Amino acid sequence: MIPYEVRVNRSPNRAHRWLASGLFLLGALLSAPLAAQQTLTVFAAASLTEAFTDLGNAFERDHPGVTVRFNFAGSQALATQLAQGARADVLATADQRWMSYAKEHRLLSTEPATFARNRLVVVLPRSNPGYVEKLQDLTRPGLKLVLAGAQVPVGAYSREALRRLNGAPGFPAGYDRLVLGNLVSEEENVRAVVAKVQLREADAGIAYVTDVTARSREALTLLQIPDPYNPIAEYPVAAVAGGQAALAESFIALVLSAEGRRLLAARGFLTPGRVAP
Amino acid sequence: MPNQPRPAWRELAGQVAMFGLAALLALLVALPVVALLFRVPPATLMAQLGSSGVREALRLSLLTSVAATAVSVLLGLPMAHLLATREFPGKRALEVLMDLPMVIPPTVAGFALLMAFGRAGLLGGTLSAFGITLPFTTAGVVVAQVFMAVPFFVGAARAGFAAVDPRFLDAAATLRAGEMHTFWRVRLPLALPSLVAGVGMAWARALGEFGATITFAGNLAGTTRTVPLDVYLLLHEDLAAAATLSLLLIIMAAVLLAAMRQAGLGLFAPPRAPRFAPPRAR
Repeated sequence: MIPYEVRVNRSPNRAHRWLASGLFLLGALLSAPLAAQQTLTVFAAASLTEAFTDLGNAFERDHPGVTVRFNFAGSQALATQLAQGARADVLATADQRWMSYAKEHRLLSTEPATFARNRLVVVLPRSNPGYVEKLQDLTRPGLKLVLAGAQVPVGAYSREALRRLNGAPGFPAGYDRLVLGNLVSEEENVRAVVAKVQLREADAGIAYVTDVTARSREALTLLQIPDPYNPIAEYPVAAVAGGQAALAESFIALVLSAEGRRLLAARGFLTPGRVAP
Repeated sequence: MPNQPRPAWRELAGQVAMFGLAALLALLVALPVVALLFRVPPATLMAQLGSSGVREALRLSLLTSVAATAVSVLLGLPMAHLLATREFPGKRALEVLMDLPMVIPPTVAGFALLMAFGRAGLLGGTLSAFGITLPFTTAGVVVAQVFMAVPFFVGAARAGFAAVDPRFLDAAATLRAGEMHTFWRVRLPLALPSLVAGVGMAWARALGEFGATITFAGNLAGTTRTVPLDVYLLLHEDLAAAATLSLLLIIMAAVLLAAMRQAGLGLFAPPRAPRFAPPRAR
């Protein structure tokens, strides 16, 4: 038998009161989101973070009672999460490869539509610890270069850009090999690349122009990659099979609408080459 | 009231609840492990073990986790001894500090490490003056692992030191043994089971470290890509390989835990060592 007296005799403890009020607060916080009736879940590429947050706000304004929830991550992570059974209504990736992957795995309920394009740019810390003045400087031994992994869309585009610069006027043959020799880390999404450069841990990285946001701009210097060598990223969007089809389609309609274009352009995205239906 | 016999159905309900909930918990932990086993046929396991990427990650993981454990012991022993034997102002704060890495999210730890030891961190200039670079290096992986693993060793070692019967220490003192002499000849041997348990837990924690490593040290094959980082990467590339590596990690951890349990050294295992045995009895 538990000696009950011992328990009773324990003096009321201040810690208990703190715990009780903490639990109460937690309960209040948890019960707050229950007020919304409908939730639209959007899986979107990390580079879309700001633009899609804007779109989500616009959508919530036009659809009272609907809450838009985002999962921003590398497209490869989003597609594999869906393949492993994650639930979502809309998928927007940063390249066609992972959208095709989703389609092949029968994860989509609509045809993908391209809604935006994006350019690559070399990002340097403003203090430029690696003394990088031009793209050729990226080959200098000992430079610390950070890219996204090859399976991440921006990582694949980055390697493609380096390949295209191979033997271009003013560039040595084997340029990509030399630059990749300076690779010190492969990040899991484009934002992690920018963060490593912004923190001045890396001397250079490759990201999308849209990743140089208002917040990171003052910490970064940009080095443009000329057009013929710049693989333009394409962003497709589609509704996810098994999701709330009607709600998903009206979100996609907003993304493809003139207002959607305007919001995307405001965050630095290019409009798609061909107008989607 | 409390001393009256309870009705039989309540006793039965209690028993059912106890076994039911225990079974539920056992399933919760066992099912993911079993699911991995189903995912990886033995042939695949052997084939993956031969792949250079997997071997490289395994080699790096073993190297860094063993180094991190050694550093944890070296730095953790004096701290554990101090905390177990001395009272001093600020001791509470130091105790909290030593426990902190166990409860802060590893990604936060990695970020904090960057702020301190990164190139642009507080000590970054000093370190680079000595030619030391931590981010994007194997040494950085070790630092991240030490940060996350050392509390497990300090905690276990401290408890072990504190549990040494004071009579042995008094006896040593009557023989005019100094504190350091007593430490090496009496306290350390008596606390050895706890120290070994601490080493095991610290090593397991270092081996499984992910968040602090990827944030502080980065992710590059052969340099900083340990097994947990490789698993994360392979999840988007090759599920069979990811499952194999996961299984390897689990097997290594399970073997370690079982061995410690067998020796009666588990962190939470009931003490088996006879309390009043002379130091050399074990």
